[in-house]
Amino acid sequence: MRDALGVGVAVGLSGFAFGVTSAGGGLTLTQTCALSLLVFTGASQFALVGALAAGGGAFTAAAGAFFLGVRNAFYGLRLSQLLALPRAVRPFAAQWVIDETAAVALAQPTRRSARIGFVVTGLSLYLLWNLTTLLGALGAEAIGDTDAWGLDAAGPAVFLALLAPMLRTGTERAVAGLAVLLGLGLLPVLPAGVPVLLAALAAPAVLWADGRRRGEGAER
Amino acid sequence: MNVWIAIGVTVLGCYAVKLAGLLVPAGALERPVVKRLAALLPVALLAALTAQQTFADGQTLVLDARAAGLGAAAVALVLRAPFLLVVAAAVVVTAGVRAIGAG
Repeated sequence: MRDALGVGVAVGLSGFAFGVTSAGGGLTLTQTCALSLLVFTGASQFALVGALAAGGGAFTAAAGAFFLGVRNAFYGLRLSQLLALPRAVRPFAAQWVIDETAAVALAQPTRRSARIGFVVTGLSLYLLWNLTTLLGALGAEAIGDTDAWGLDAAGPAVFLALLAPMLRTGTERAVAGLAVLLGLGLLPVLPAGVPVLLAALAAPAVLWADGRRRGEGAER
Repeated sequence: MNVWIAIGVTVLGCYAVKLAGLLVPAGALERPVVKRLAALLPVALLAALTAQQTFADGQTLVLDARAAGLGAAAVALVLRAPFLLVVAAAVVVTAGVRAIGAG
C-alpha cells in the first residue's frame, strides 16, 4: 500500500515535465491535457509531442508513440492472469495498464494485494499525472520562453531515465547503440519522425544477429 | 488539425494495445521471440529519441547546451538519483550553460 502511493506520487509529478514540454512544443492547453487524460502512457506522450514539435507528420508521430505503447500489451497479459478481472471491468482497467501499475501489482504476494496495488497506483497516478500536466502547461505559458529555462532538455532526460534500467545486457546496449546511430544518421536525409521508426528496426536486427551467433555456437 | 489527428490516432492506438493485453488469451503472445522483441523495441525507440531530442535542431545535428544537460542526467542516473532529480539535473544544467552563453 505504501509502495503504491510512493510510486504514484513520484511519477505523477513528472507529469509537470510533460505539461511544460508539450506547451513548449507548441501544443495548446486543451491538446496537452487531452493527451494525458486519454493516452496516459508517459513515454508515448513525450514521443508524440517531440515528433510534432520537430515538424513530423501526424501519422509518423503517432506511429512512434504507438510502438512505444506496445509494451503495455505485455503488462496486460501478465496482469490479466494475476488480477483475474471480470470481463466487464477490463475496458476500464485497461487505461491504467502502464509501467508503474504493472511493477507494483506484479510485486505483490497475493491476488488481493495485487488488486489493491493496481487500483491505488492507477488512481493516484492518473489524478496526479493529469493535475501536474495541467500545472506544467499553465506554468510554461506563464514563463514564456521555455528554452531559456532549459526545459527542452526535460524530454530527452525522461527518455534516458526510462532507458537506463533497461540496459542490462550487451544485447540491450547493442540495440540502443545501433538505434542512436540510425536515429542521428538518418535525421538529415529523411522526413521528421521517420528516422525514429527506422531506428526501431535495431531491435529485430540485433535479435536476428544474436540468434545467428547462437546458432553458429551450437554447431561448433 | 494536424495535431488533433495525431492525438486521435495515438489515443486509439495506445488504448487498443493496453486492452489487447487484458483480452487476448494467455499464451497467444507468450512465444519467446515475441517477448524478446517487445522488450527490445522500447530500448531502440527510447535510445533514438534521446539522441534526437538532444542533438537535433530541425533536420540538422547540433551540439548545444542540451548535451551538457543530458550529461548531467546521465551522471545522476549513475549515482542512482530518483527520477525527478535526473530530469531536474538536465533542466538546471541546460539553463545554466545557456545563461553563461556557451550554448
